Amino acid sequence: MIFASTLLPIDVTFGVIVYWLLLGLAGLLLQNTRAITQYIFPAGALGALILAAAALGSLGGAVNVAVLPLGLPDLPFHLRLDALSAFFLLLLGAASIGISLYSAGYFRDMPGNTLGLLCFEYHVFLASMALVLMADDAYMFMVAWETMALSSYFLVTTDHKVPEIRQAGFIYLLVAHVGAIAILMCFGVMQGGHGDYTFATMRSAHLTEFWSSVTFLLALFGFGAKAGILPLHIWLPEAHPAAPSPVSALMSGIMLKTAIYGILRVSLDLLDAHIWWWGVLALTLGLITALFGVIFAAVQTDMKRLLAYSSIENIGIILVGIGLALTFHAFEKDALAALALTATLYHALNHAFMKGLLFIGTGSVLHATGERNLGKLGGLIHHMPKLALLMLVGALAIAGLPPLNGFVSEWLLLQAFLLSPGLPHSYLNMLIPVAAAALVLASALSGYVMVKFYGVIFLGQPREKTLHEAHDIGIFERLGLTWLALGCILLGVFPVFVILLIDPVTQMLLGQTLGSTAAQTGWLLLTPIQPERASYSPLILFLIIVVGVIFTIFLVKKFYHGRLRRGPAWDCGFPEQTARMQDTAEGFGQPIRQIFEPFLGVTRIVPSPFDKKPHYHGESRDRLWNLLYLPIARVTEKISVMVGKLQHGRIHVYLLYSFVTLLALLAFIR
Amino acid sequence: MENFSGQLINLFAALLLLISFGMLSQRRVLSLINLFALQGLMLTISTVIVAYSSHQHHLYYSAALTLVLKVIILPWILHRLMRKLNVKWDIETLFNIPTTMLVGIALVVFAFNLAAPISMMGGAITKSTLGIAMASVLLSFLMMITRSKAVPQVIGFLAMENGLFFAATSATYGMPMVVELGIALDVLVGMFILGIFFFQIRETFDSLDLKHMEKLKED
Repeated sequence: MIFASTLLPIDVTFGVIVYWLLLGLAGLLLQNTRAITQYIFPAGALGALILAAAALGSLGGAVNVAVLPLGLPDLPFHLRLDALSAFFLLLLGAASIGISLYSAGYFRDMPGNTLGLLCFEYHVFLASMALVLMADDAYMFMVAWETMALSSYFLVTTDHKVPEIRQAGFIYLLVAHVGAIAILMCFGVMQGGHGDYTFATMRSAHLTEFWSSVTFLLALFGFGAKAGILPLHIWLPEAHPAAPSPVSALMSGIMLKTAIYGILRVSLDLLDAHIWWWGVLALTLGLITALFGVIFAAVQTDMKRLLAYSSIENIGIILVGIGLALTFHAFEKDALAALALTATLYHALNHAFMKGLLFIGTGSVLHATGERNLGKLGGLIHHMPKLALLMLVGALAIAGLPPLNGFVSEWLLLQAFLLSPGLPHSYLNMLIPVAAAALVLASALSGYVMVKFYGVIFLGQPREKTLHEAHDIGIFERLGLTWLALGCILLGVFPVFVILLIDPVTQMLLGQTLGSTAAQTGWLLLTPIQPERASYSPLILFLIIVVGVIFTIFLVKKFYHGRLRRGPAWDCGFPEQTARMQDTAEGFGQPIRQIFEPFLGVTRIVPSPFDKKPHYHGESRDRLWNLLYLPIARVTEKISVMVGKLQHGRIHVYLLYSFVTLLALLAFIR
Repeated sequence: MENFSGQLINLFAALLLLISFGMLSQRRVLSLINLFALQGLMLTISTVIVAYSSHQHHLYYSAALTLVLKVIILPWILHRLMRKLNVKWDIETLFNIPTTMLVGIALVVFAFNLAAPISMMGGAITKSTLGIAMASVLLSFLMMITRSKAVPQVIGFLAMENGLFFAATSATYGMPMVVELGIALDVLVGMFILGIFFFQIRETFDSLDLKHMEKLKED
């Protein structure tokens, strides 16, 4: 076994990337729906499994470096697999297993030529995300980053015949490129005049405080555009509903995390200076993003748009964790920084699973009913019981309920907040409890959002007649959904093991780990700092819940069921009750809309009481469109009209332009 | 001998510049093509002299290439085009030739001024001709600006290439052979493509006058 002994994890991960590219090409050449859905997508899932296993194996191991004989002359591609990369590769691999399996079922009705193209873009997208995570020089990073942006753009515009989808794709591409420019400039500043763009040089370049801050701000802006941090979030609620569901799941679950990876890589690994206000800035932005996202999610009526806003909220929470870690790290409280960073990474991993699950679940709903509007769904639990069960797991997880995974990471983050009064900065000490309260508000509201999401889609009576024909999910879809739901449960029930996985990352970035303290009272009990402060045992809680539920069912069956009878409901003076009289998504979200009306641009058309055919229309728009983006668009338009005046259409004038430029340059050079 | 060939190169360089001025003021398109061929001939002769006096053998190949391409093939293609397009006797109305000439003189002064520090550094026998080469590039450019018909503009473009070639010969004894071959091929292919464009332009606008292309502007 000479071969095995020389096979490094980085070879395996790079091999998976090549394998994905080949699969994509095969799909492009085959253009056969059956072959692609039955073989290529499951094969892609296998690649994801291998990637996740290799990443898992290399966590905590030695750092692997490789130089590819590709790229430009004298500018080869550098790859590196360290703990941070490995953790995010694990996230990518583990979540995309489920999504690829699901895709195998989801795309079964798509015509071959469209599907061939989609399969190619899908696998290029996966491969480029993995390359982003492994890049060890700015050149490779930008190439992979742009490939990621372009392949996802084409995936978003799969249904490009619809004008709204083209528009959504354009907004996405625009924001992605504005962000990419900022990232490029960030790397430009960070190489510190060496002219060498490898990350190794950047680590050793000692920038002044000013230039470090410039770099950090550029990175926050550039990666923030991809992650959807306020006010660069606008593309998310447009692009996610436009994309096919597995693509939304990939983008929301995994691609947003590559931006988080970028922020962590730049701020904690590449930059050596650490200034406390960076963390405070990230914390503030994160809180605003989280609250904004969850409030907007509460008033949405399109299920995928709702999930997109929920992604904005979760990115906000992750950014809060990063901000907290940066603040603690700047004040040299590395143990606390490790706690905050662990919570952050944990939440990133959780979000990949739960948002992936929910997005592909909405895909099944869409497939079965053809409806995205919450107002036309309802009662699907009767027709799609398997999907309803799996989606319940995702909804509970994202609402942050124990014993599922969402709870653990948010709880850890709150622990980090509660331990902050040790900071040597009195204003911060006063403000951070407020921030903790805001975070709790955001997670409580996310519970509200999920009640609305799940309740309106699955519970109650079907609001449309067509919903009675909804069919349940097929085998591949069920496999994919089950994988992600299992992930949500296991990540929630065995937090100590997850923290042990995250330990190498915090060790690498902060020199501190959480694992030994977390596991101090055994693997059953999670203790972030000290046993007397706080500890949490999800497994015991889980067993208590299970026992409680079974006991209740038993009691109900035993003592109550005998006296159960079905009769007509009290009709309240309305002799004819229809399913459309149930509480709707709009009705459910109404309190939130009332409270936060100043932040939402609400337009409502309420019909008059005498209208024979009453029609109600309500819409909550993002005010930032009018306040920020439209002015920018108007200024751009004005400038371009001015530039347009240069265009005369006369060839002589054009020649004169280049002539004058030439003369000016010649005179300047002399 | 050295001095004599230096004088000869200067003479031909001066003739080159003179022809550039001639092209700037020539109104008949047919004569313009002949002037272009003549300029190519001057270029060939001066390259041969440089090759002979500096013992740079690859320059002989360049000279042969110039002779074949710029003195024979391109003028022939242009003549054929004129016949096919039926514009053999075309006369262009130029605006104010004396002003154009004055601008041209200013450009020559500028080019000489520009070339002075570079010529000081170079030790080549051709160092004093760099200014002339740059002047002829700029004059050809000026010619492209002042012309409104398509064919003279293309001739201006080709003449500019002549100037560049001369600059390369005079500054560094020519470019590497590969580059030169590449440029020659580019010029030839460019000529073919532009020839096709001529027909397309005429078909669309019923004329080769480029001022009609203003209509293509987007409002």
